[in-house]
Formats: sequence, C-alpha cells, structure tokens
Amino acid sequence: METTTPLLKVDQVGIQFGGLKAVSGVNAELFQGELVGLIGPNGAGKTTFFNLLTGVYVPTEGQILLNGEKLNKLPPFKITRKGISRTFQNIRLFSELSVIDNVKVAYHSLAKHTAISSIFRLPGHFSGEQVMDEKAIEFLKIFNLDGFKDEKAKNLPYGQQRRLEIARALAANPRLLLLDEPAAGMNPHETKELMNLIAFIRERFSLTVLLIEHDMPLVMGVCDRIYVLDHGQLIAQGTPEEIRNNPKVIEAYLGEEVS
Amino acid sequence: MTNIKNAKGFWLSILLAIVFFVVVQFLINGALINDFYINTLFFIGINIILAVSLHLIIGITGQFSIGHAGFLAVGAYASAIISMKLELPFALALVTGGIVAAVAGLIIGIPSLRLKGDYLAIATLGFGEIVRIIFLNIDYVGGASGMQVSHMTTWPWIFVSVLVTIIVITNFTNSTHGRACISVREDETAADAMGINTTYYKVVAFVIGSFFAGIAGALYAHNFYIIQPSNFGFLKSFDILIFVVLGGLGSMSGAVIAAILLTIISTFLQDYPETRMIIYSLVLIVMMLYRPQGLMGTKEITSFFKKRKNVEGGPKDGNHHTVA
Repeated sequence: METTTPLLKVDQVGIQFGGLKAVSGVNAELFQGELVGLIGPNGAGKTTFFNLLTGVYVPTEGQILLNGEKLNKLPPFKITRKGISRTFQNIRLFSELSVIDNVKVAYHSLAKHTAISSIFRLPGHFSGEQVMDEKAIEFLKIFNLDGFKDEKAKNLPYGQQRRLEIARALAANPRLLLLDEPAAGMNPHETKELMNLIAFIRERFSLTVLLIEHDMPLVMGVCDRIYVLDHGQLIAQGTPEEIRNNPKVIEAYLGEEVS
Repeated sequence: MTNIKNAKGFWLSILLAIVFFVVVQFLINGALINDFYINTLFFIGINIILAVSLHLIIGITGQFSIGHAGFLAVGAYASAIISMKLELPFALALVTGGIVAAVAGLIIGIPSLRLKGDYLAIATLGFGEIVRIIFLNIDYVGGASGMQVSHMTTWPWIFVSVLVTIIVITNFTNSTHGRACISVREDETAADAMGINTTYYKVVAFVIGSFFAGIAGALYAHNFYIIQPSNFGFLKSFDILIFVVLGGLGSMSGAVIAAILLTIISTFLQDYPETRMIIYSLVLIVMMLYRPQGLMGTKEITSFFKKRKNVEGGPKDGNHHTVA
C-alpha cells in the first residue's frame, strides 16, 4: 500500500447504546480509489458503522477523519456535503417523487439558485434548474434509467430502485460512496451487472467505495481489501485471499462458505 | 423549451384569472350581485389563502401543524393595530400582518419543528391556543370583547393576495427548494443523507406558510368589522386542516377546490352551526373510507391537461453537450 494520507481514517471509533456496545474500537483506513468490503455476520454492527460514518449516530468514542478533517458531531447533511454519500439497506427512495426528481434532490446542495430566485422566477432559477436537469439525466443514463425519468420512484421494479438509489447517492457528488448491501435481493445476473456498474462509476468519478455485502463470492471477487466485523469489533482485515484463510474469520462466519 | 411551454400555461392562467377578476369587479360595481355573495366570495378567497399556505406545511413538507389559526390571529391583530390604532394605510397593515405572522412562525418553528408527527401536532395546537389566550388578555386589543376594525378588504385586495399566494407557493414548490421540502416529507433520514438541511427547509416552509396565513388574517380582520379571540380557536385550525386533508395531501388544486366547496357549504349552513360540524364530520368519514388520498390525491389540475406531455422533455430539449 502506498503511504499517502488516507481519504478516510477511522480511529478507535465506537458507539454505546445504553449498556450495549454496538461498535467499539474500530480502526480503519480507506485510500483514494479503493474498493473495500465490509463483511460480518448478522448483527455484527456493519450498518451501525455506516451510520457512524454518515453522522446518523454520533460516536461515543474515537474519531472519524475525512481527508484529515474531523467529522464527529457534524449533522448528516453536512457530512454528505463534505463528500460521503450512501445507500440504504432497506431502500429509502423518495417514493412519491419521480425518478429524475430523486436524483435532483441529491444534487440540491450543489445548486446555485436561491429560494428567492425560484419564487420570483428570476433568470437564476431557470439556468439553475436546467443545469440540474442535465446533470440528473446524465446520472440516469449511466444507470440506464433515463427511460423511466418521469415515473414515480415507487413504481420502479426492485432492481431498478436499487440502481436509482446508487444514482441518487452519486448525484450528491461524493468522494466516498458507502453501499449498504446493494445487491440484496438481486439475482446472480443482476448482481454481476451491478458490480460491473460499480467498477465503472468508481473509475469514472474516481470514487472510493466501501461496500457491505453478504454475497461472499462477490465480495471476494471485486474488493481490493476487506474488513471483517464481529460483535462490533474488527476481527480481521486484509486482501480477499488473506481473509479467506484467516482462522478467526472462518470461525466467526465464513466457516461453511469457504471450505 | 419546456420553460416556454410552462410559461405559456402560466400566462394563460393569469389571463383567465384577470378576466375573472374584471367580470367580478364589474358585477360588484354594477351592484349586480348582492352583498351576501360578495361576502361569500371574500371568504372563499381568504380560505384559499389559508388552505394553500397550510398545504405548503402539511402537504409538501409533511409537517403536521394544526395551529394555523394562531398565525391567522397574529396576522389579524397585527394588521388591525396598524390600520386602526396607528391609522396607517391598509396596504401596510396587510404586509405587516404577513411579516409579524412569519416572525411568529420562525419563533415557533425553530424549536417545535424538531418534533415529529403527533408531538409536533400537539405543540402547534398548543401554540394556537396560547395565541388566542394572549389576545384574550391584552386590553390594548380589546380582550374578550374584541377589536373594532373598519371594513377595508375589497375585491382587488382579495384577488391579488390569492393570486400572489398561489404563484409564490407554486413557484417555490416547483423548484429545487420545493423538492427538498418534498424529500423531507417522503423520507427525512434519506433527505438528510442526500445533503438536504432538513431543519432549514422545515422552518422555511413553516415561515412562508405563516406569512400567508398572516396575510389571510389581515384580510379577514378588515372584512369582519370586529375581531375577537374566539374567532381563532382550534376549531378554526381544524377548518383549515380539513381543506388540506379533503383536497388531498400534497395537491394544491385539491386544497383550493376543497376550500371553495367547504366555504360555500358552510356559508349556506351558517344558521345551523351544529349541523355544519356534523356534515363536516360525515364528509370526512366518507372520504376516509372511500377516498383516503383526498379529492385530488397528490395530483394537480394541470396534470390532467398535459397528461402525456411530461414523458418527452429531456432528449428533445437538445443540447446535451455538458461536460461531466
């Protein structure tokens, strides 16, 4: 690994809910351009870890640094504007909004026109909205969703809703993209397509991706490195090959799958 | 291109509205319709403003506020003080009514919009009652016996106020700022995760909504000869809430249509206030059973005219040479 400063540095981060330590003492470093997997058995704290990174939960210990900048205690929307965007395990689209509007909402923080210019329909409003339209279409095209742009998000088939969620997360202009089980509920063919897509956007937008996934062959296949969580603690990290042969991991969880 | 097309529709609606205005003005000048109908028309106008302003808060931003009569009262009293006590012109009273209500909205909104659902409803309900009781106990504005206000509300004022309310709220809704508000309604966690400052947009919607409620208050005060705190009880808040719910949460045309229909119904039932509430309740029960999404659902009237127009757009707009 090159010795550059990490894009994301997680330093001894943990959170306690009452007496329960959901995540504790996690150290991790993500470097620019990496695709990193986060795996672990159910209830290991993977999604909680995502919620800590995005500010949904405030860590009770440790700190999180994005490009050397502390993120602790920032509200989620500010963290998103700093460059961390995410998708959700259970799809959370704006279901009554159209497909294109879903993407435009995420682009909102980059919009230049003010509420005043929109209310009085000043020139700034039209140019601002036009830029948004064009940008949104651009993102939808990448995900092959531009044909459905005026459909309500809730009317899309499941797989496309998953893709729209990624498109929306991308529109928020992240440097680090967090994907929470993006392939959940997809068939092997769809999953493969999705992975190619993730590889593509990672190149095109020079993204760093952190991926939670349960599909082991898939994680092993695409990730540069993998972190393994169990009971809220990091039990292993390394290349897919190292993880595959790590006795702790096998014990915690991969046992049957890898043999 | 779509802008031009929308603009055409916009100017056409304005033109129709102006024709309507001129016709009514002509009827009023020529004394061709009696005062009863004129008064009903004024009430319809005021109720449309109230319905549309609450629609922005509940239907668009999804914040269940049921203290709208509180802002109505603040606007009514503030404007009455300007015009009657300070004897300044009505235009100034109207604007002051709106601004004071907006400030009240800001003060109430910042703490209470941290609450969600039922809690927010109770907090805003409490606010409405507090406002009423405060006015009840201020002797400067007449306490329980109320405040004499001259009749200054005229058809042009009503018309312009309704038009401005509808245009401002439509323009706000159909912009990135309105979409941010809708995203808060749809899924606050996701909106937050997409970089939307949810508290800010809740407060903005609340302030705009209370501003127009204040305008409606000013029109109401100067239409009625007297304002009393009892005019602004929580039943008034529910009246406004019913416009929005009956019209369909999220549909402005629905709110307008419901405001018109219910104002007409309640005007004709004025002599039987108990019957009015029974009919309201029945209408609501039937509505919830057979059409829970309200009269219009989330659709707007305009969407019936351009049914399939939407689907084009993008590609035909030409110029796609944006740099990524």
